[in-house]
Amino acid sequence: MWEDRVRPRLFTYTGGTKMKGLASYWRLIPQRYNLIGTECNHCKQKFFPPRKICPTCRRHGEIKSYKFKGVGEIYSYTVIHAAPDGFEFQKPYALGLIRLVEGPLVTAQIVDCKPDEVEVGKKVEMVFRKIFAGGKEGTIRYGYKFKLVD
Amino acid sequence: MQVGIVGYGAYVPKYRIKAEEIAVVWGEDAEKIKSGLCVREKSVPSIDEDTATIAVTCARNALEQAKIDPADIGAIYVGSESHPYAVKTTSSMVAEAIEATPVLTAADYQFACKAGTAAMQTVMGMVASKMIKYGVAIGADTSQGKPGDALEYTASAGGAAYIIGAENVLAIIRDTYSYTTDTPDFWRREGAEFPSHGSRFTAEPAYFRHVLAAAKGILEKNKMQPKDFKYAVFHQPNGKFPLNAAKKLGFTNEQVSTGLLTPMIGNTYSGATPLGLAAVLDEACAGDKILAVSYGSGAGSDAFIIEVTKENEKRRNKKTVKSYINKKEYLTYSIYSKFKGKIKGVSLEK
Repeated sequence: MWEDRVRPRLFTYTGGTKMKGLASYWRLIPQRYNLIGTECNHCKQKFFPPRKICPTCRRHGEIKSYKFKGVGEIYSYTVIHAAPDGFEFQKPYALGLIRLVEGPLVTAQIVDCKPDEVEVGKKVEMVFRKIFAGGKEGTIRYGYKFKLVD
Repeated sequence: MQVGIVGYGAYVPKYRIKAEEIAVVWGEDAEKIKSGLCVREKSVPSIDEDTATIAVTCARNALEQAKIDPADIGAIYVGSESHPYAVKTTSSMVAEAIEATPVLTAADYQFACKAGTAAMQTVMGMVASKMIKYGVAIGADTSQGKPGDALEYTASAGGAAYIIGAENVLAIIRDTYSYTTDTPDFWRREGAEFPSHGSRFTAEPAYFRHVLAAAKGILEKNKMQPKDFKYAVFHQPNGKFPLNAAKKLGFTNEQVSTGLLTPMIGNTYSGATPLGLAAVLDEACAGDKILAVSYGSGAGSDAFIIEVTKENEKRRNKKTVKSYINKKEYLTYSIYSKFKGKIKGVSLEK
């Protein structure tokens, strides 16, 4: 039921007004809430964000929906001190490149810890959090972030 | 038809604030407050947490234990007094986040602190009448206390989710009984930022009247006595009320202590009785009987008689309430104020 709503697009911040980006947010709900990407049935390579065509197998590939486990490790990270609009009250915060156990790299905030607790190689798991809200009257956008595994 | 708990999931945010940290701001005696309310510290949601994120986490934890196909879930009800939207449901977000959509019914409940147990009763009825195979009932809150008010020491965050079904249950819900009246002890008008309460009025005619009547009612109906139960959970707006209620009914502190979480995490409102029950289920063994009585201002109480089965020990919940309670980081009052959006002129939502 998801396939018609899954589009291979990266997360972009489109806050600021209460209506902006409503349709693209809705389209990305399967990705944002549940890390739903795709897998090539032919070569078993997994993609996040989802791809519609396998770049290796091309016309021989067979793409299907795949739900990632939501666990991985920190491949790299940076600490944000000059945060974009909508994130300024969270600074300083860690933004990581997470290597999911299935392979793909995902960019996400690493929360529930101080930035100096974040280290390359540490194990992380997905959590469901508020990303931003379109003002007091707009929609609240939720999605994946990661936290350190105890 | 036997109806029971197929899986449950709890969640308490990591952050805490101590009573001392709040008392020093308002020039109050922390020791007096701590002994008066029996609350040492309370949980605080992170800046990116709200009732929806807590409800989703609880539901996912419950699914992890229940190991059922989310597509078999026919109903989701989320009870809270702090739903993120006035119009737009938390329950539909939960449904999407656990992949139970689209063939199910969902709605949000509010009944102060007992909205979660009201949700449990609804799904119990739906399962018993075979309308649905499984239903999810969640009580979750990020409650608000007016700065300087007594509620600021207790209003906290957390929740628990229950997957109710008829097969493979880890605890059978033997009976439920409710007691409801129109009692104006605590309220929040549409658009008001903080709730108001009737101070001492919240005790005898409100909390005690309803909790005691519901507990006595269900005991009489089932011809049972306090000694028939291994555990009892009472709604816990502070650490004192549930102990007094237990004493008045003839329960010992030992029966109540496992499910009494308020001294460590504060009052999680709609999450309070469900979380207390989850803490009991984390430890309970086959044959143990539990009496759980919620209370919601406005006012009403829902009582449940629950009997644990062998399945609970076979499928022990790995994300225990205790593990969430023990994992904590303390905040200063200023950071707490920022997290809760209490700083004037600053809107966390742009």
